Amino acid sequence: MCTVCGCGTATLEGDKAHGDKHGHSHSHAHGDHDHSHAHDHDHHHHDHDHDHDHGHGHSHDHDHDHHHHDHDHAHGAGGEALDYGAGLAGVHVPGLSQERIVQIERDILSKNRSYAEENRGYFARKGVLALNFVSSPGSGKTSLLVRAINDLKDKHAIAVVEGDQQTSNDAERIRATGAKAIQVNTGKGCHLDAHMVGHALETLDIADNSLLFVENVGNLVCPAAFDLGEAHKVVLLSTTEGEDKPSKYPDMFAAADLMLLNKSDLLPHLDFDTDACIAHALRVNPNLQTLIVSAKTGEGLAAFYAWVEARSDLARRKAEARKAG
Amino acid sequence: MHEMSLTESVVEILCEEGRRQGFARVKTVWLEIGALSGVEPGAMEFCFDVVTRGTLAEGARLEIVRTPGQGWCLDCEKSVALSERFGACPECGGYKVQMTSGDEMRVKELEVE
Repeated sequence: MCTVCGCGTATLEGDKAHGDKHGHSHSHAHGDHDHSHAHDHDHHHHDHDHDHDHGHGHSHDHDHDHHHHDHDHAHGAGGEALDYGAGLAGVHVPGLSQERIVQIERDILSKNRSYAEENRGYFARKGVLALNFVSSPGSGKTSLLVRAINDLKDKHAIAVVEGDQQTSNDAERIRATGAKAIQVNTGKGCHLDAHMVGHALETLDIADNSLLFVENVGNLVCPAAFDLGEAHKVVLLSTTEGEDKPSKYPDMFAAADLMLLNKSDLLPHLDFDTDACIAHALRVNPNLQTLIVSAKTGEGLAAFYAWVEARSDLARRKAEARKAG
Repeated sequence: MHEMSLTESVVEILCEEGRRQGFARVKTVWLEIGALSGVEPGAMEFCFDVVTRGTLAEGARLEIVRTPGQGWCLDCEKSVALSERFGACPECGGYKVQMTSGDEMRVKELEVE
């Protein structure tokens, strides 16, 4: 794993050289100068770390934050000694000197959240409606997307990010519809994170005002915690699963804004209690909307498309208002 | 859930802070993990040893501070203890409980040198 950007073992299709582009380290020491820089460039696939030692009399602190581009400079110098750790700890621990305890108070997911905000800003500028599709494996995410793309592609430009541990089978199924798709393989990872999606966006080159469907890794637990910058999480539950799944895996249903109850064509053959399922879901998330659909027969999909179109329209108009200033 | 990637995020934060604040080694890490965060402390400890290998936190001690789950029951109009994330109010049995704490996942402080 890259400990700077956390690329992990995730791979993007056609990005074999990933590992080579990481990690440069330079250390300079100048005789009577004592100069201390800490640079931190964080491009996607591009990191430099410089450490110099010097002795000038100024101190800077820069923090730049571009889309996929971070700098942190800490120049310290001069008359006074450079002490990054001074006075940061507000606590006393017996037997430890104060400056050796550093208070961080950083949320573990803060890094992901900042990447997610970059993605969200990108979508907002381009008027893109991004939806993050989550469910357990086999509930019909890819089939639903293939059908939705075929039904919507005349009106919208559509791009898809496919997340799976391995293979690019799903991206190939999507590409067969004519939509742009990129497969992200998460390797050992159980979810997509905002950084992987950011990489995928660089490759996808999405048209303004298009729809972006992100098909997350089939998993009802982990993807709930990772914001990708999407407008909404859409959770699929199929009628062949237990109707109490929203109670068993509450985080995902709490994080979603829309539940699609898929495979409605099978309902006559099953004991699935639709009302009980919706009651379980509403207990976890009173604001959750539910649509009963079948990706196979098309039942209920018109309502889903209307839901998508209303939000896509809003995203487009917001971006236009922004451009108009 | 996903303790491995959370632990990787912790190590990223340590590396970043190391560069920013100029320390080269981390000896102890205190994490605050809420009882309702879905994180298994044992799994995190296991991952921590693996993920810190070869980093500035190799061999560091991991201290996990657990914070209890709490929520506000709209019907009882008071703060109640929560043992599961979307669980019922222990007093009235209703589900109109909004979680107020217990989902924390934070790097609190470090002992460094």
